[in-house]
Amino acid sequence: MTITATNTVTELDALESESIFVFREVAAEFERPVILFSGGKDSIVMLHLARKAFAPAGVPFTLLHVDTGHNFPEVLAYRDSVVAELGLRLEVASVEDYIADGRLRERTDGTRNQLQTIPLLDAINAHRFDAVFGGGRRDEERARAKERIFSLRDEFGQWDPRNQRPELWSLYNGRHRPGEHVRVFPLSNWTELDVWHYIEREQIPLPSIYYAHERDVFERDGMLLAVGPYSQPREGETVSSRQVRYRTVGDMSCTGAVASTATSAAEVVIEVAASEITERGATRADDRASEAAMEDRKREGYF
Amino acid sequence: MSTLLRLATAGSVDDGKSTLVGRLLHDCKAILADQIAHVKTVSEARGGDFDFALLTDGLRAEREQGITIDVAYRYFATDKRSFILADCPGHVQYTRNTVTGASTADVVIILVDARHGVLEQTRRHLAVAGLLRVPHVVLAVNKIDLVDYDEAVFTKIAKDVSEVADQLGIADVQAIPVSALVGDNVVDHSAATSWYDGPTLLQYLENATGRTDTSNQPLRFPVQYVVRPQTDDEYRDYRGYTGTVASGTVAVGDPVIVLPTGRRTTIAGIDRPVVTPTSTAVAERPSAVAGEAVTIRLADDIDVARGSVIVAAEASPGTRRELAATVSWLSDRPLTVGARVLIKHTTTTAQAIVTKITGALDLDTLGVIDATELHLNDIGKVQLKIAAPLAADPYSSNAITGSFLLIDAHDGWTLAAGMIDDEEGELL
Repeated sequence: MTITATNTVTELDALESESIFVFREVAAEFERPVILFSGGKDSIVMLHLARKAFAPAGVPFTLLHVDTGHNFPEVLAYRDSVVAELGLRLEVASVEDYIADGRLRERTDGTRNQLQTIPLLDAINAHRFDAVFGGGRRDEERARAKERIFSLRDEFGQWDPRNQRPELWSLYNGRHRPGEHVRVFPLSNWTELDVWHYIEREQIPLPSIYYAHERDVFERDGMLLAVGPYSQPREGETVSSRQVRYRTVGDMSCTGAVASTATSAAEVVIEVAASEITERGATRADDRASEAAMEDRKREGYF
Repeated sequence: MSTLLRLATAGSVDDGKSTLVGRLLHDCKAILADQIAHVKTVSEARGGDFDFALLTDGLRAEREQGITIDVAYRYFATDKRSFILADCPGHVQYTRNTVTGASTADVVIILVDARHGVLEQTRRHLAVAGLLRVPHVVLAVNKIDLVDYDEAVFTKIAKDVSEVADQLGIADVQAIPVSALVGDNVVDHSAATSWYDGPTLLQYLENATGRTDTSNQPLRFPVQYVVRPQTDDEYRDYRGYTGTVASGTVAVGDPVIVLPTGRRTTIAGIDRPVVTPTSTAVAERPSAVAGEAVTIRLADDIDVARGSVIVAAEASPGTRRELAATVSWLSDRPLTVGARVLIKHTTTTAQAIVTKITGALDLDTLGVIDATELHLNDIGKVQLKIAAPLAADPYSSNAITGSFLLIDAHDGWTLAAGMIDDEEGELL
């Protein structure tokens, strides 16, 4: 057997291989998998890895976007162009529709991240999806740090963190009963910095809001919120035009921007490496709601 | 090679694991300002000092009860290397989560409370580390400040553990006196333990060798999924077998055997994906090594599917339908002889029957005792008859083709972690 000395495996290669392994396991063992795709960087990297896993064939999964109705227009445009370019199939679960016909009510604070759970679970049931890929990473948040790569959900979509299956070696157990489904997190072991290193290495295009741009913002609770149809300054909050970018992309009403001059992935890598605040801490208002905000949402079926 | 190190913690309840992990992350500056602010706020609201455990105990119930229930994974880096840390629970009820964390670990840190010494849980965690063949064990003798930094206490515990480790066949144990609360010997050497001249915990972790490099072992390539684009373009007749190289190296032209059929063929091509924003294609490469996810093409059109294992022609493990193995039993339901279960081994899932329970590990004597059933947290020896032929190696020579899960066919629960015995049939 020939052994070539030129093969070197970097940490990024190792993470990539582990994620690709997960995609292939799911494609082989489940009947109706779906990728949650928001147009955010994690789901974009996830789709890139899924494409690699099955090349030269196409991605054997449908995409599902739970659309809050409060999205950044740049992100929706990106989503639609990716779907068109790659000939993918996209399902959209619309929070706006649920509010319009009274199945959900607008929250008093106007944010909609929490409202995504019911449309998500309904879409999973309606399409009988049995494996649902999410771009969640364990470094994001303390409840997510507890998540298995294959995470069983009951017929109500609930996560039971006290009774998770043991997950040994890379032997992922995806067995589930009718009505149950499995959430799968192929980016579990990636950090925010890994994701940016990978975006830089692979030259993956992202929605423009991930890079520094001028935007009218106002400060609330230490975060820079964009002035727009879903978020307006209150009395005493002043609007100024700042050079900003987004570290996460979610609901416009509760996702904050950060001051930035980074206009390329390489520059973002430098910024993220030096940042003294976590991605979610810097930019997500909804995680601040209580000590266990994310855990509570995940228990109900949130991703 | 990657400088990534995977570590797991283990120890009894209240030994201070979460505090140690919190201290390690904090002193490595891996905790960011908003996380520290959060812990401060919560600690103060509870009327206490800064509680390091709150950095890792992320679940509501964990914070309420002050115990760790499930594994939390943490990521941190120093100038020397990066780490994935599995912070595992200590309560006996959650031993399965310790097995989860340790199954992928290069280093297991076992905590012992200096005031209590070696407990049954210490023996159990050492047995798990030995069974899983974790390359390195660190014994962190914690709360050394509460025994007045007494060298004799440390030496006694280190000696007790080293005796247990010897019996279990664990070669490498490094004992370190620490105080997670105060920070002694976690990142910096402590002036209070001048009698200790070994490494601090972080120094040890920065210098420990990672996972054994298996690229020089015989090729094992479990097939995960067959790629057949069936498009109208250049890939019309493409048929690729995807998988991750479990061990060894695979190169174009290598003679191989496909198990379980035993058909011989050669490697016609190894492909890596090339994706752009608008296209998906593959490019050829000469070879691939253990750990890499690739796509293989074979010279002959033979029967290959998920569950097939492509192996080096000169070192085939053959197949077997009967296995002798050591299992860590992870379920509340006891295992009995005659039980019908599912076995998941590499990419094959098949029915199996437990034909014999040969014995169980006695944690007090570390000897094997007769057993007719295995209960939650037992480590025992079983024989299995399997409905499909498996391309299996002993766990001691290959952790991927030597490990398996036992699964409840009815509800899908993972019942056991299994490790295939070598020819001597040693328990550990």
